[in-house]
Order: sequence, then C-alpha cells, then structure tokens
Amino acid sequence: MSLTVSNITKTFTKFAALSDVTFEAEPGEFLALLGPSGSGKTTLLRLLAGLDQPDSGAIAFDGENFLSLNARERRIGMVFQSYALFRHMTVAENIAFGLTVRPAGERKTKAQIKAKVESLLKLIQLEEYGKRFPAQLSGGQRQRVALARALAIEPRILLLDEPFGALDALVRKDLRRWLRRIHDETGVTTVFVTHDQEEALDLADRVVVLKEGRIEQIGAPLELYREPKSAFVFEFLGANNQAPGTLLGGTIDFGGFTATAIVKGASDGAVTARFRPFDTQISRSGPGFAVKVLSVLPAGANLRLELQTADGQVFETQHAHDSEASDLHVGDTVSLLPTKVYVFA
Amino acid sequence: MRARPAEAPKTPAAVGLSLVAVFWLALIILLPLVTVLVEASKEGAAPFLAAVTEPDTIAAIQLTLLVAAIAVPLNAVFGIAAAWCITRFEFKGKGLLLTIIDLPFTISPVIAGLVWMLLFGAQGWFGAWLRLNDIHIVFALPGLVLATVLVTLPFVARELIPLMNDQGTDEEVAARTLGARGWDIFFRITLPNIKWALVYGVLLCTARAMGEFGAVSVVSGHIRGQTNTLPLQIEILYNQYEAVAAFACASILAGLAIVTLILKSVLEWRFADELAANRRH
Repeated sequence: MSLTVSNITKTFTKFAALSDVTFEAEPGEFLALLGPSGSGKTTLLRLLAGLDQPDSGAIAFDGENFLSLNARERRIGMVFQSYALFRHMTVAENIAFGLTVRPAGERKTKAQIKAKVESLLKLIQLEEYGKRFPAQLSGGQRQRVALARALAIEPRILLLDEPFGALDALVRKDLRRWLRRIHDETGVTTVFVTHDQEEALDLADRVVVLKEGRIEQIGAPLELYREPKSAFVFEFLGANNQAPGTLLGGTIDFGGFTATAIVKGASDGAVTARFRPFDTQISRSGPGFAVKVLSVLPAGANLRLELQTADGQVFETQHAHDSEASDLHVGDTVSLLPTKVYVFA
Repeated sequence: MRARPAEAPKTPAAVGLSLVAVFWLALIILLPLVTVLVEASKEGAAPFLAAVTEPDTIAAIQLTLLVAAIAVPLNAVFGIAAAWCITRFEFKGKGLLLTIIDLPFTISPVIAGLVWMLLFGAQGWFGAWLRLNDIHIVFALPGLVLATVLVTLPFVARELIPLMNDQGTDEEVAARTLGARGWDIFFRITLPNIKWALVYGVLLCTARAMGEFGAVSVVSGHIRGQTNTLPLQIEILYNQYEAVAAFACASILAGLAIVTLILKSVLEWRFADELAANRRH
C-alpha cells in the first residue's frame, strides 16, 4: 500500500473540516478528491503535504509515519491552483529550485541539475522557454512549469490542488489529457483535488467523493456513476430529476404509473425518486408523467427537453435526435416515463 | 505587461486640471527649492563654500549621515519583521499592531522626542540610574538615533505590508514543499519578491531620517559640532541671521534628498524589466 490515510479528523475553530476520513491509494494510482467547496478536500490535501496537522488520525506512506515528517521531509510534489511559480526566477530556475535548495551533501552537481531541468522542459514541451519568466507565459504553460517543478524533486506523491481551475475550458481539456499521460509515464502516485465531477471522472483511477468533511463514497468513475450510494453522489455526478413517489418492495408508484426502483437504503413509504435526463422515454400516449413541452433545444449529440407537469414540476431530459422527441413542439402534451429510477435513503 | 490606461479625451476640463496640477507643483515644490539654491548662491561661491566647509557644518553633515546609517537599517529590519508577522500570520491584536506602526505618522515629532526625554532625560524615569552609570542617551548620539527611529518607523513596514498581502504566501509554501528551509525561503523567495518595495521604503526612510527636525531637536541639546544634525544646524544659522550659510546648508540637505530620489529613479530604470515582471505576475 502506498498512501494510507486513517481516521483523519481536523477541526478549525468553528467547524469540523474533516471527520474520520479514511482511504488508501495504491502505488502509481491517480486518485481524485471530489467535492463541493467546503467539503474539506483542500484541507485534506494540505494535511497530506504537511502544511497542516490533523487533530487525530494517521497518515502513512509505504509504512512510514508521515505525520512525524514536516513538509520539507515528506518529499511531496505539490501543484497549486495559483501555480505559485517564483516570479523572480526563470522557468529553468523555477524547475531547478527543489534541487538547488538541498543541503550541500545531498545536492546534485550543477551538470546533473541542468540535465534534469532540460529533460523536464522536454517532458512539458517547453524546451525553448527555459530562460523566460513566469509572467511571460500563458496560464497553461505556467501550469506545466509548476508540474515540472514539482516533478523535479522526484516526489513520492504528487498533489494537485484544483490544477485546472484557473484555465479556460479548451486549454483545460488539453492539459487534462496531457497530465494523465505524464502520470502514466512517470508512474508517480497522484492525488488531485477538484470540484469538477467531469474532470474527476475523466482523469482519475478512483474518486473519493467528499461532503462536509466526510467521505461519501470511494470508487472507480464507472462504479460511482452506476452505483451511487447516496443522493449526494448521484446529484453531484451529473444532472438529475426528482419526483415524489411511494416505494413498495422495489417498485415505485408515481400515482398513475409505476416503475422499478434501484433502492439504496430507502425503506418503503413516501420517497423522493431520482433519475438522469437520458434515462427516460417520451411517448404520445404511454404510461408516465403527463407533461407539457416547454422547450426543445439541441445539446450536442442529443436533444434537450424541458417538460412541466400540471402541478408545475419541471423535468429536464435528453433524447437522441432520431427518437420520438424530435417530432415534439413547444406546447405539446406527452408522457414521460423514467426508465431507471434511483431511490436513496 | 501592465495595460496602459486608455487615454482620456483632451477636454477643457482635462487641460484645466493638468494646469492646476503643474501650477501647484511649481508653487509648492519647485519655488521653495529654487529659493534655497538662489539664496545659497546669492553672494557667490566663496561664502557658500566657506559655509559648507565650516567645521560645525561638516560635523552636522557627518552626524546626520551617521544617524541615518544607524536608524534606517534598524527600521528596515523592523519593517521586514513586522510586515512578515502581519501578512503571514493570523493573531490577536493584529489590528492594534498595525495602528501602532502608523502612530509615528500621526503624532507630532516633538512628542516623539519628548518621550525619550521623559524616559532617559535627567528628570526622566531612568535618568538617575543612567547618570550613576555614566551612560549618555539624550543630548548624545543614542538619543538622536532613538528619536529618528521612532519618527521613521512606519516607512519600510508600510511599503511592504500591502505588497506582501498582495503576493500572498503561495510561493513560500511552494518553496517549503520543495524542500527549502526557513532562511532559504526568506532569502531566495521572500526577499527577492519584496526587494523593490524594500529599496523604495529604505530610500523614503533615509530621506525622512536625514530631514527629521522636531524629535531630534528635543533630544539633541544643540551642542554645536557634537549633537547638531544638519536640520538643527540650519535653524541655528538662520536664527543668527547667517542667511547664506543657512541656505547653503539647506541646499546640501535638499541635495541629499534629491540624490536619494535620483538613486531610486536609476534603480527603477536600470531594473525596469525585472520590476515590470514582478508587477505583471
């Protein structure tokens, strides 16, 4: 086991930032800490980096107690949301920093450092930029330099705090692929923090979903998506609709029609059902919610519908362009049948 | 690159405002400066040279430079330490500390001189003890330094605090995760990032320290050739109706201030690129 986090609790003066957080990362794993702001994910990252101490619990790496080591001794590569590049140093000096500050005995020779910097510049595809200052780089380039600087010390773990937060959507997608490739090439255990579920699902081997300082669920992206354990995870991972119903032995009665429910800890009785926009069928006269079409809009590969029931509830659904939905017009009255319904405790 | 502010249209109002600014500058700053130089050289070079080479005046110049040379480094170190505390840590009484740093800006320099008299003067709290041990603070160099330090205390700290607040701690934290120790972080990250503000603060502090009159006047004792700094020497000469000599000394003091400003401009010009890079980031 590479990184082991056990029962970590951290309380700030007024609120519990983390309560009883436990998870592990395999060697070479790419792990995402996913949660909304205030979920404690950045606090957790700072604890891993040694920038803060937990109130209780343990953090170990390869069996070594991390909590007894300070930030300097942990040899962790950290990439900050703001990049935190040293503004008065060139790109090459930034990357070399972690090597040149080592005490004289452990320091590599100048030639070794130079070679290392050059190989890293090559890795981040900025060979020609070594002599530039951070202010002369684009956001994406700065991000890559920050990563190279963190990798220079050959870190035992790479920690990334919202690494793409400050970049525009296009650059972000590009850098995401690139980061994954760098990770696969270097094989370094990586933990990154994000509030963007798409990013987490796209990049990580496994995702730790945090809510209000507690772990809500840990799993591979597909597992989380298919088997969400709670309403929070279900809602956080994508768009969804909600409707009241009555649960009875795995079947939910919406008053007028029923559907098979995937039940996660809920007991029979009045419940809130949840379903994804694309887990639905539209028909002119079949069973389902009687809804009026509010809008029909293209959404990439799909059509996006906004539908409203007689008592004012709005559903958002997605359908293939060549489905029943393509014939709909605003104002039509149709039936909406959810095909995959989740009911959480 | 910092964006250039869009140029405002040249309306009558804009032209009028510019004229007011130029006129005011000429009236309030240039006119007195010119007066000093004109008065100093009114009777030709010989009296001017005689006045500035007079032993008491030379002693005053030396003392002024010595006081500044001691007081400014003290306040530079204090300023860095205070700015570091205030911008890097959260603690109770931070607001109070900020207010106290500003205090010398608001209290009269005379009071800044008087407090040292109350503490170390012959009738002061420690007066008897100092006399017993033959330690001279007021009417001597230590008193002049203390008074100057108190008056010029805020200059460096006030330059650094907004900048360090603005820059945040990210770079220092990054340096720590990369293995840097405390002093490494200070000398390789913090200090380079604040060096221009520090230079600026030190220059302002120096100019103010050399020109300080009120506080120094109280603790000096006005012993000619011993405890008179240049501003005090000027006053004495002026009160003795030695106008040329007074203005000659004044021109030297003004000259020191102008040298300080030129030094600052040269530094800004010489390191314009780096300065800009610092700001742009």
